[in-house]
Formats: sequence, structure tokens, C-alpha cells
Amino acid sequence: MNKIIAKTRLSDEVFRVEIEAPHIARERKPGQFVIVQADVEWGERVPLTIADADPHHGTITLIFQTVGVSTHRLAELEAGDSIEAVLGPLGNPTHIERFGHAVCIGGGIGVAPMYPIAQALKKAGNKLTVIMGARTKDLIILEDEMRAIADELIVVTDDGSWGRKALVTEPLKELCQAQHKPDIAVAIGPPVMMKFCAETTRPFGVKTPASLNTIMIDGTGMCGGCRVSVGGSTKFVCVDGPEFDAHLVDWDGMMLRLRAYKPLEDAAHKALHEGGACMLDTMAELARASAAKAGGSK
Amino acid sequence: MSGTSTAGLAEAARKVLAGLDGKQLANKDRMAIPAQDMPCQEPGIRAHNMDEVALGYTEAQARVEAARCLQCKNAPCVPGCPVSIDIPGFVGLVASGDYHGAAEVIRKTNLLPAICGRVCPQEKQCQAPCTLGKALKGVERAVQIGRLERYVADRERASGGTPIPHVAPPTGKRVAVIGAGPAGLTVAAEVRREGHEVVIFEAFQKPGGVMVYGIPEFRLPKAIVREEADKLERMGVRFELNTLIGRTIPLPALLQEDGFDAAFVGVGAGLPKFMDIPGENFVGVFSANEYLTRCNMMRAWDRERASTPIYPSKRVAVLGGGNVAMDSARMALRLGAEEVRVLYRRTREEMPARAEEVEHAMEEGIVFDFLSSPTEVLGNDKGVVTGLRVMSYRLGDPDESGRRSPVAIDGSEHEVHFDTVIVAVGNESNPLIAKTTPGLNVDRKSHVLVDASQKTSLDAVWAGGDIVLGAATVILAMGEGRRAAAAINEYLGKK
Ligand SMILES: Cc1cc2nc3c(=O)[nH]c(=O)nc-3n(C[C@H](O)[C@H](O)[C@H](O)COP(=O)(O)OP(=O)(O)OC[C@H]3O[C@@H](n4cnc5c(N)ncnc54)[C@H](O)[C@@H]3O)c2cc1C
Ligand SMILES: Cc1cc2nc3c(=O)[nH]c(=O)nc-3n(C[C@H](O)[C@H](O)[C@H](O)COP(=O)(O)OP(=O)(O)OC[C@H]3O[C@@H](n4cnc5c(N)ncnc54)[C@H](O)[C@@H]3O)c2cc1C
Ligand code: SF4
Ligand code: SF4
Ligand code: FES
Repeated sequence: MNKIIAKTRLSDEVFRVEIEAPHIARERKPGQFVIVQADVEWGERVPLTIADADPHHGTITLIFQTVGVSTHRLAELEAGDSIEAVLGPLGNPTHIERFGHAVCIGGGIGVAPMYPIAQALKKAGNKLTVIMGARTKDLIILEDEMRAIADELIVVTDDGSWGRKALVTEPLKELCQAQHKPDIAVAIGPPVMMKFCAETTRPFGVKTPASLNTIMIDGTGMCGGCRVSVGGSTKFVCVDGPEFDAHLVDWDGMMLRLRAYKPLEDAAHKALHEGGACMLDTMAELARASAAKAGGSK
Repeated sequence: MSGTSTAGLAEAARKVLAGLDGKQLANKDRMAIPAQDMPCQEPGIRAHNMDEVALGYTEAQARVEAARCLQCKNAPCVPGCPVSIDIPGFVGLVASGDYHGAAEVIRKTNLLPAICGRVCPQEKQCQAPCTLGKALKGVERAVQIGRLERYVADRERASGGTPIPHVAPPTGKRVAVIGAGPAGLTVAAEVRREGHEVVIFEAFQKPGGVMVYGIPEFRLPKAIVREEADKLERMGVRFELNTLIGRTIPLPALLQEDGFDAAFVGVGAGLPKFMDIPGENFVGVFSANEYLTRCNMMRAWDRERASTPIYPSKRVAVLGGGNVAMDSARMALRLGAEEVRVLYRRTREEMPARAEEVEHAMEEGIVFDFLSSPTEVLGNDKGVVTGLRVMSYRLGDPDESGRRSPVAIDGSEHEVHFDTVIVAVGNESNPLIAKTTPGLNVDRKSHVLVDASQKTSLDAVWAGGDIVLGAATVILAMGEGRRAAAAINEYLGKK
């Protein structure tokens, strides 16, 4: 049982929770993730990146987007409630060193897992450029936090409602074309975005690690559900990754695998909406109320 | 097998028993007693439910089966059992109706009889050397030791459960057990008995290891595993679930920072092998571990309550010939597949699965394609499985080990349509512990290396079960656990 210490709503679909997990807070490094289960009897196991940690207070921060049944269930929990199971830290930590000029590209919810990596790269003495993108203004998260650590912050939206109207690959390409191209470009976001980031940096020979978000069950290397082809050999994302050289990942294969359960999950999601159209609305109401409360108490 | 209805078998056994009553039995008489079949759910019914297939002997059946034992002086069955249960001893007590006494005898060396009675490959272990089976020229006619063991254990469970083992006064010593599979659970019980404090660290949300995530409910009801874990808790063993040693807490930290005096590594062989053929990453190809975990631990078969999805399958291919393959095939059938085929490179003789499971699978309508193995998984432009390209084999001449290996038949390749492929070709050791524990010696397959007392290359660290043996059996894992526990108790006694 891991108690939720605080919960905030970052955007319409995005929540931040701080939970008690002293061992994980002590051991975790940037790039690692946890598997959470709101309900150990019937619930799914959901992988989420550790967005931040406080080893002194023994807490970790998770930021998640509600996409299906399990993330919606998670969003129903409030400060004071407990998550039944949190397993971690899983996966290999990001390799951090002083590369020189590091660019971090975060798309949508990918900005959350990017944050601790950006922080670590900055701390290691890199010049840090952060490119963050979202479909629209309401989905932008952690802008202030990123601004506080980045030497340069570029915000883009698909619809131009905030920052520059562009896809993240445009400023990335410009950076690669500059006289001093970046030494490393880390990409985290939807698979399509990571795929096109890889295509953008490839001609320039800029090293591009990407963090993969395949479907996972155990997260400990036991099931092979998370497997993906990298450079022609099969890797398990949960133990061999989650970061891989984006230039070697079989993105198309990975995207196909991510859709394996799509029809089933869509059906479950629909049932959730139909069975309790009002439930989701109530949930949203509650979340807004608690966000307001958290904001008000500051 | 016919006539496995409980009523019919029980009635027949009652008649036999009445005939035996009060008689002094000579070996010749014992050999004439018919072996008792296991009452089972009807194949047509059980193929559509998750309930246990084998229902267990009735009392009359148990008495009759026990009466078949010749009480051999040299008891060749005993060395066949990895934990050397006094088999003639407990079987003799069953024959005389002293079930409590029988349970006591078994308990001396086996803590999990309800489980072993169900899942041990008896025909390769205790029942293989049985004199009666040899005399009747068929291992299937040996004394049904496993079924008797199950009967004794189930009877005791039904009458209020097994007594909680006595725990010696606290010694102040602490032992960390890593992994809550049969090896770890055995160590915990045996070490705790001596009065040492025991904490079991388990990565999953439930204790039991493969017994909860791999072996299906219809073969081993999860309630039995749960009872065993509860019993440990009542002995004062603490479970730290959702804790991955090597990640959440490094193994050396347990000993150096968290004050444990000894540790046991029983993390199993949880790394699924694939075939390394083209197309294996298509949607619809699963490792047996994934398929079974979704169904057993996440209970995806309960569409009403579980949120874990399960892939809807009509035509399923299962690759492999062991217990894992049988479990996957029978699970797929229960989840509504119309046709399930097991593809195995050799013949039925060489199949490593328990004989009873193969028989049950055949009764349920699983089709076996012997001497065939895929060379490629076929898929459509959406990356979804559409079938297999299959090669046929014949058995070649025996090699040095006497085993006849399959030889591919040229030009035999053909395509078969499937929408799901479950790969059940074995498990290797998960390298996590080895990778995160400096100084822990492992072989090239990441099996932890141990000496005769299960001691590893590290001070105060023992290991056992599948992480040492490679994918083996429940009872072998327990046997290793017992050995390790004895060594740990001795070590702590001197410390
Ligand atoms: C290592 C790792 C780190 C992650 N970190 C974060 C994070 O920090 N914050 C966050 O919001 N999400 C993160 N994800 C994604 C998150 O795990 C999924 O969004 C979540 O599992 C969806 O569960 P659900 O039941 O709500 O939705 P489901 O009903 O399971 O799925 C809804 C839809 O999402 C797709 N989907 C399912 N699983 C995933 C997945 N693993 N990744 C992407 N899409 C998926 C499905 O195709 C489906 O269409 C991470 C994933 C991985 C593997
Ligand atoms: C589908 C299937 C069917 C089988 N059928 C039979 C059968 O009929 N009869 C039979 O005798 N045998 C059978 N076996 C084999 C048998 O289950 C195993 O040999 C036995 O369970 C091994 O026991 P163990 O204690 O070594 O490991 P496991 O049972 O594998 O348990 C290991 C435990 O350690 C945990 N763990 C792993 N790493 C860590 C870590 N780093 N930190 C904390 N915890 C960790 C795992 O989550 C797991 O719970 C079957 C196996 C499978 C997969
Ligand atoms: S534990 Fe297994 S091998 Fe030993 S007697 Fe029982 S069934 Fe036979
Ligand atoms: S070998 Fe068979 S007949 Fe002889 S004692 Fe053992 S079980 Fe009984
Ligand atoms: S999630 Fe099971 S092996 Fe990676």
C-alpha cells in the first residue's frame, strides 16, 4: 500500500500524484519507471515513469494521462487514498554525462518522463535545450518547471494555440542545421513523434536515445510482452530499456504491437463512459475541486 | 479413460473395499486390486470452465489404492521422490484409515503435499521405480502415490487445516528470502521454525511464484497456494510484496544495511525463450508466460471483473511439449478458442509434460501435431498473425545419449492458418539478480552456482530452485529449499 500524499490536476487529462515509496525514492535514477496497480485483485499493471523523487521524505512523483480504464481508475484516487501496489524502480537509468549541448524533446505526456532526465543532464553540466510540444495549449504540462532548468525552451503546439505552431521536429531540425549541432537529442513522446525525431537527427548523425512505452505486464523481464526489435534483435523494454537508440528501433513494428489490444480497450473505455457517463463527469468534477483546493491552500 | 464420474468410481471402489475387509492380503491379492482412476469433470464440461479438472479420490478409492502397495522392504519409490517421503509408511496408514497419521508422516519432509500431490510428475519420480508398476508392466499401474498424497492433504485441509508448525523462541537472527515460489516458501517455513525472523521479498503482488502466475486454476486452485502463504504468516513470517530485489533494494544492502544475517535467493527462471524465427513479434504472438500471467494472476478470464484484456482467439497454435505448453493450450480452449493445436518437434514419447496433463488435453479436444515445428510466423500488412509456415520432421537415429533427434523432411514446408501463436519452448534464468549483485557467481546461462549445501559464492547467501536448476519442478525447488534452510539454520546456530 502506497499512500497518496498530494494530487494535482495539470491539464484536462493529466494528473500529478506524490506517493509514499521510501525504497523507490532512495534507489531511483532518472529514466526509471514503476508499475502501479490501483487494485491488485482485478486491476491492470500500469507502467509510469518516476517524474521526480524526494529521498528525504520518501516520496516519488508520477504524472499520468488518463487514456483507458486503468489510468481513469488511478485518477479517481485522492490524496489520503492508497495505491495498492507500486513496484520499482524498474528499467535501466538514463546514461547521463557531460555531452556538451543536449536537446530534450518531449511530446504530450512525454514531457513528464523527460523532466528528471533534463534535470540530470543540466546538473551534469550540459547546455540544455528543451523542446516541448502538444496538440493544443490545454495539454501543455510542466512548462514553468522546464523553463526553470533549461537554457533554452521551445514550446510548440499543433494548432498554434500556444508557443510556435509547429511539430517538435521543426525546431529540432533547425538545431541540427546550426553551426554547432547538438551532441545528443533525447526524445520521449508518442511513438510516431519519436520515430520522426529519429528520422530528423539521422542525417546529421546526432545520437538520439528514445524511451519506449510498450505494453507491459510484469515489468521484470518475465513475460516478453514488452518486446521490440532493435537493430534486428529482440529486446525487452522493461529490462533492456526503456531507452534505446532511436535510429535502430523498429518503430513501425512497435506501433503495431501497441495497438494489439486497441479494439478491446476501446470497448472497455466505451463501457466505462456509457455505464457511467456521469461517473467520468463526476470524477472530473472531483478532480477539479481537489485541484482548486490544492491550489487554494498554497 | 472412461467412466471417471465420481459416483461410478466410488461405487466400484466400495465394492472392492468390502471384498478386502478383514482379509489378510498376500502380494498376489494386492496385485489383483484394480488401480483407481481419478474422478474428473467431464471433458466436454471442463473445457469451458476454470474449475479444477481432477476432483480427488473418495475415501473408499484411497483405501483401495493404498491397499495395492506391496510395502516393499527396500522401498524403491522413496529415492524416486526428491524429498524422500516415507511412502510405504504413509500409504500403509491410509490403507488402515489413519489419515491423520499419514499426514504427519508426509509433513516430516514435505510442507506442500496438497500442491505436490497435484503437480509432481509422479510417473518420472516416485511412481517410476515402484515395484508394483514394474510387476504389472506399466508405470501407469504403479501405486498412485501422488493421488494418495493429495487425498491425505485435502482431507486434512477440509477438517480445519494443517496445524501451524511450532516456532522456537526468538533468536534475534534475521533471514531475507527473495522470491515467494515453492523454494522460497519452503526456506521461510524451515528457517522460521528455528525461531529466526523471516521476511520474504516478492516482486509480484501475490506470493506463490509460478504456482500463482503460471500453473492454471483448473490444475492447482489458487486457494491452496493462498492457504500455504497464510500459514507462513501465522508462523510469523512477513511478506514484503511488490519488492524487486536488485532494484527496489539491492541484495548486498539487505545484508549490509538492513540487518539481515543471511539471505536465500529463490527467484525462479522467469525469462521466456522465443524460437528466433521471422515474424515472432507480430501481434497475436505471445510467450506462454504472458498468456498465462494475464489469465492466472491478472484473472483476465473473468471478463466481468478483470481489467486486463485477453486476446480473442479462434485458431491457436501452441509451440512446445512441456507442462507450460499443455497449460497454455488448455487455457486457450477455456477462453473460447475453436481449435487449439500443439506443435511439437518430436513425438508423444519424448514430451516432457506430465502424462496426466497430455491425456487430459487430448480428452478436451486439443489437437497434437507431432514431428512438426514452425519456421516462420506469417502476418498481414497490419502486423497481425495469420498463420505459421510449418516444417515436418522424422525421428533420426539415436545419438550418444540414446535420444532420437528430429530431422527436417525436405520440401515438407506448408502453411497453416492461425490467429494466435503461444510460444512455450521454455524459460531461462532472469539475469537481474546476477547483474545487480557483485560477486555472485553464475554460469553462462545466469544460473546461480551453488555448492552441495546450496551456498553461493557470496558470504551468507544461499540459492535454490529454478534459478539454480533451470526450469525444473515444484518438488525439486522445495528439495533445494530444504537443503538451503538446513545450511542456513546451521550457520545461524554457530554465528
Ligand atoms: C516505461 C513506460 C513509462 C511510461 N510512463 C508514463 C508516464 O509517465 N505517464 C503516462 O501518462 N503514461 C506513461 N506510460 C504509458 C502508460 O503506461 C499507458 O498510458 C497506460 O498503461 C494505459 O493504461 P490504461 O488502462 O489507462 O489504458 P488502456 O485501456 O490500457 O489503453 C488505452 C490506449 O492506450 C494504448 N496503450 C496501452 N498501453 C500503452 C502504453 N504502455 N503506452 C502507450 N499507449 C498505451 C492502447 O493502445 C490503448 O489504445 C508509460 C509506459 C511505459 C511502458
Ligand atoms: C506454466 C507452468 C507449468 C508448470 N507445471 C508444473 C507442474 O505441473 N509440475 C511441476 O512440478 N512443475 C511445474 N512447473 C515448474 C515449476 O512451477 C517450477 O519449477 C517452480 O515453481 C520453481 O520454483 P522456484 O521457487 O524456484 O521459482 P518460482 O516459482 O519461479 O518463484 C520465483 C518467485 O520469485 C519472484 N522473483 C523473481 N525475481 C525476484 C526479485 N528480483 N526480487 C523478488 N522476487 C523475485 C518471482 O516473482 C516469483 O514469484 C511449471 C512451470 C510453468 C511456468
Ligand atoms: S512429493 Fe511428489 S515425488 Fe514425492 S511422493 Fe509426493 S508426489 Fe511423489
Ligand atoms: S515401490 Fe510401490 S509397492 Fe513398493 S512400497 Fe513403494 S509404492 Fe509401495
Ligand atoms: S513487461 Fe514483461 S518482460 Fe517486459
